[in-house]
Amino acid sequence: MHLYLKYVWILFKSQTQYRLSFWMLALGQALTPLTVFAGLYFMFAQFGQVKGWSFYEAALCYAIIGLSFALAETFARGFDMFSTLVTSGDFDRLLVRPRSTILQVLGSRFEFARLGRMLQSLIVLIWSLNKLPLALTAPKLFTLTLMIVCGMLIFTGIFIATASLSFWTIQGLEVANVFTDGGREMAKYPLSIYEKWVAYFFTFVIPLGCVNYLPLLYVLGRTSGSNILYMLSPLAGIVFFLPCLFMWHIGVRHYRSTGS
Amino acid sequence: MIELQGINKSFKVARRTAGFGQAVKALFAREHTIVEALHNISFDISPGEIVGYIGPNGAGKSTTIKVMSGILVPDSGICQILGYTPWQDRTSYVRNIGVVFGQRTQLWWDVPVIDSFGLLRDIYKIPSAVYRENLTLLTESLALSDILQTPVRQLSLGQRMRCEIAASLLHNPQILFLDEPTIGLDANSKIAVRQFIKTINKERGVTVILTTHDMNDIEALADRILMIGKGTLLYDGTLVDLRSRFGSKRIVTIDYHEHAEPVDVEGTSCLSWTPERAVYSVDIDDVPVASIIAKLSEQIELVDIGIGTTPVEELILELYKEHQI
Repeated sequence: MHLYLKYVWILFKSQTQYRLSFWMLALGQALTPLTVFAGLYFMFAQFGQVKGWSFYEAALCYAIIGLSFALAETFARGFDMFSTLVTSGDFDRLLVRPRSTILQVLGSRFEFARLGRMLQSLIVLIWSLNKLPLALTAPKLFTLTLMIVCGMLIFTGIFIATASLSFWTIQGLEVANVFTDGGREMAKYPLSIYEKWVAYFFTFVIPLGCVNYLPLLYVLGRTSGSNILYMLSPLAGIVFFLPCLFMWHIGVRHYRSTGS
Repeated sequence: MIELQGINKSFKVARRTAGFGQAVKALFAREHTIVEALHNISFDISPGEIVGYIGPNGAGKSTTIKVMSGILVPDSGICQILGYTPWQDRTSYVRNIGVVFGQRTQLWWDVPVIDSFGLLRDIYKIPSAVYRENLTLLTESLALSDILQTPVRQLSLGQRMRCEIAASLLHNPQILFLDEPTIGLDANSKIAVRQFIKTINKERGVTVILTTHDMNDIEALADRILMIGKGTLLYDGTLVDLRSRFGSKRIVTIDYHEHAEPVDVEGTSCLSWTPERAVYSVDIDDVPVASIIAKLSEQIELVDIGIGTTPVEELILELYKEHQI
């Protein structure tokens, strides 16, 4: 952990070397998703509600997935950009250092400009929580935190899985953006508005629904019966994350037996 | 200390053929050729040696270095270094080695050199007393004090290489792998780098394995030469052995007061001739150098005499030729 912070510090120093571009990027990053959010707002302004979901409920849904994604992109950017590390051969360098490859790849990039995006999601989160007639009890706060953390794990998992594939393909796989960017866009809205197969896919394959829609039902008081399953459903994110890590280890082994 | 036995390694390389049709076909089914990068490589290296690893481009030098530093896993063979098998105990093994890739940096591009060193200290968990001592020593002997605060991207190649070498030695490695450490350096920096490699080898007993295309590196540093070609180890011996193997030839260069005609001396061949200078090639097993000079001075008025051995470069070329690589 200490070492990771050191990595981050060095990267921070590097990025601030280019001050102007840093601030422009951070600003741009904060504004881009805002346009998406504006779209959401105007849609609800027109229709009032979508399949029984009010604007603020949808906004909460949007904020949570936005925050998870921003966190994943900030911390796990190294995996997102991993294919460059393989093509340039710099991965060799990581292998001759006495630390785990995961830690070193995480430490290879840190996207500070994404903090703008994070902030924007955070503001929407607090705002919608304020406007919703909710009593924020300790279990609900706990569930919200769990949702965000596990959501981040899912996105990070997808980044890691994609990065692992680049051990075979060398070039990056744009296909994976279907799952990251696409998944993010889908999960911004409550899953119940989609077709059944989409809902199934995002529940059982890439369990974004488990970190977003299902626990949100509990937070919003829309459940009946036992709540514990709803509360703990974000843990599916961890279940998703572990095989991704496993894939990574297979990838590294493959790399070392084939070379660059 | 380093022991390689029958290391084999082959790569699958996608075959590319010309033409649009072929390119489309390659998208679906690629044809592969197996390239044998290393074939039955075996050698031992003892502590404190400096070994020059040479061979033409693509001969397998870097692959061997990668196997020895734990980056690649060979198809078969045994490799024992410091009691470790590099690719099996990667993290504990690499603590004991330093690796410099001449063409690639290990420093963080946009921050001052000293920050990179600080991060390496944490990566290798170097105790602060050791770190401070090493930093002082390296700063002094590599003349780094003026550039430690400079971002790496602003350094010249020579300055950067000095920093790279320092960075690879901060954690007191017992073995140092240098992959083309002098590539692209000017004469001054080359000499500085060679000097330093020699010093750490002598004073700290660091075992050094270096690959290079610059035969002057070999001449200045290496007690021992390993030559590889097409994946096979072709020569393992000292520079002196190599010299004696390719004979007892000497190059005699003489300067003299103007003389109109070339002078022939028995037992020599004249390599070049001008009215003021001539170069002869001599086999000292046949004719001693002294007698040649005596004969020459009978006919012309000598001004200066130079006697040299065959340059290493040519010896290596001979060796390459002998093995047809």
